[in-house]
Amino acid sequence: MTKNVSGNAKLAIQGAGKRYGDVLALHDCSLEVEANSIVSIVGPSGCGKTTLLWSMSGLHRLSEGEIQLDGKVIVKPRPEIGLVFQEANLLPWRNLMDNILFPFEIKGQKPDRAWIDHLLDRVNLTGFEKSFPNELSGGMQQRAAMVRALSLNPSVLLMDEPFGALDAFTREEMNQLVEEIWMETHTTIVFITHSIEEALFLSDKVVVLTPRPGRVLNIYDVPFDRPRTIEVMAGKEAFDLHHRIKADIYRQERRAGAAAAE
Amino acid sequence: MSEKTDLGGRVGKGLQSLSSFGSGTTRLEIAAIIATAVTVIGGLELVLRWLDVPQYILPPPSAIAIALITDFPLILPHLGHTLVVLLSGFGIGAGVGLFLAAIITQFPFAEKIIAPYVLILVTTPMLALVPLLILWFGFGYAPRIIAVALASGPMVMINSATGFRRVDSNKIALARSYGASTLQIFRKVRAPMALPMILVGLMIGAIFGLLTAVGAEMVGGGYGLGNRLTTYSSMIQMPQFFGVVLILSFLGIMIYVIFFLIGKRWASWET
Repeated sequence: MTKNVSGNAKLAIQGAGKRYGDVLALHDCSLEVEANSIVSIVGPSGCGKTTLLWSMSGLHRLSEGEIQLDGKVIVKPRPEIGLVFQEANLLPWRNLMDNILFPFEIKGQKPDRAWIDHLLDRVNLTGFEKSFPNELSGGMQQRAAMVRALSLNPSVLLMDEPFGALDAFTREEMNQLVEEIWMETHTTIVFITHSIEEALFLSDKVVVLTPRPGRVLNIYDVPFDRPRTIEVMAGKEAFDLHHRIKADIYRQERRAGAAAAE
Repeated sequence: MSEKTDLGGRVGKGLQSLSSFGSGTTRLEIAAIIATAVTVIGGLELVLRWLDVPQYILPPPSAIAIALITDFPLILPHLGHTLVVLLSGFGIGAGVGLFLAAIITQFPFAEKIIAPYVLILVTTPMLALVPLLILWFGFGYAPRIIAVALASGPMVMINSATGFRRVDSNKIALARSYGASTLQIFRKVRAPMALPMILVGLMIGAIFGLLTAVGAEMVGGGYGLGNRLTTYSSMIQMPQFFGVVLILSFLGIMIYVIFFLIGKRWASWET
């Protein structure tokens, strides 16, 4: 169980398992996330990616195993962890600034206005503080959600397919934004995605999970320097990685399909 | 998602006819609206006079207007009585209904047990209880206020409960991820999310309250706009009778407008 655990892991997932009734969503899943790195988790639909991420956030309880943050087992949501949801998940009755201040209200904590203003500027939302979510585009909403998550200065940012609902161009812009923010803050990021391009562009490591029950199948290092250019991402090395990851996922899906047919 | 649009539709649709007035209306349209009103009212006046319809069958609009103006000081105290009955009954009913809805939706098990009784309260016309309430509480305000509370409370409760039950698990997860307590989740997520449905409940409850107040006054006698209706019709004072009807429609429209404006201010995010 402890085979993957070394000293400087920010997050250590050890033998994690989650059962919903008769369904085993996750089983014997072990993974380490190094501090200040970006790790993407990819895998076929229903492989328990989201379950794993929500367990890291402390919102879900695991059925087996444990997840440690800085060596301490996560049993409930922790202030060091920020979470970005699949949809922007802004509260529609609050304007943008009030949405960003929501966590501070809950915690009864004084917001760091200078930091929030800096973040808003970073994501090009200065001037939209008074706008309501239904007045903002999908990309703007998700940028606001990122500011909300980063405003508390988390040491870990968990992102659950955050850009899945956006169009391809907006998605690429968002990926560049995540990279820029990471280069400034070096926040440890765990990123769930369906898109192999997105995973390769963003990550230091890409983790491929097996279909239900989810387990770690392979981990790929992505050695490119940052900021990553279009040339590098379109190069042979990236192409080969893409191909290998894709082959992993498809092989798994075929196997799952064959198993289901029996 | 579909639930969301459905709800927005419910608040929105009923109010659309009102909201279509205002900014988007051109001069020509305003002129057409006024012209139509003048034609209808003036035409009615002419037809009734031309056909020599007796006032006790249908008084012409001018007679109604004159009666309303000259007899208004006589009607005013009765309007006051009706407003006291309506506001206190609605206040009590809405308060209790809202409170019960907020509590009950926290306990799905208890909700299932209570649901049939609430349904009976919603579907039974509370007017039916007025004779009994008069027997118990006499001819004062009490039976009327109780009847209004019984009519409006369940309406407020059933609609608010629908609002409180709208659980967007992601928004609650968001609050929980910041360590929110159950009370914080209720105040900062569930209650604002329920507000559009609460407003719908309050509006329907207030209109049911008005119906019941007038009905109870017809039965209870003595005072109130409902009592004026029975008195004027028994004395065949039809212009005054229609004057009171006009006041009642004005009250109904006011209820509608008030909740429309509140909704526009506080729940416009839904539409």
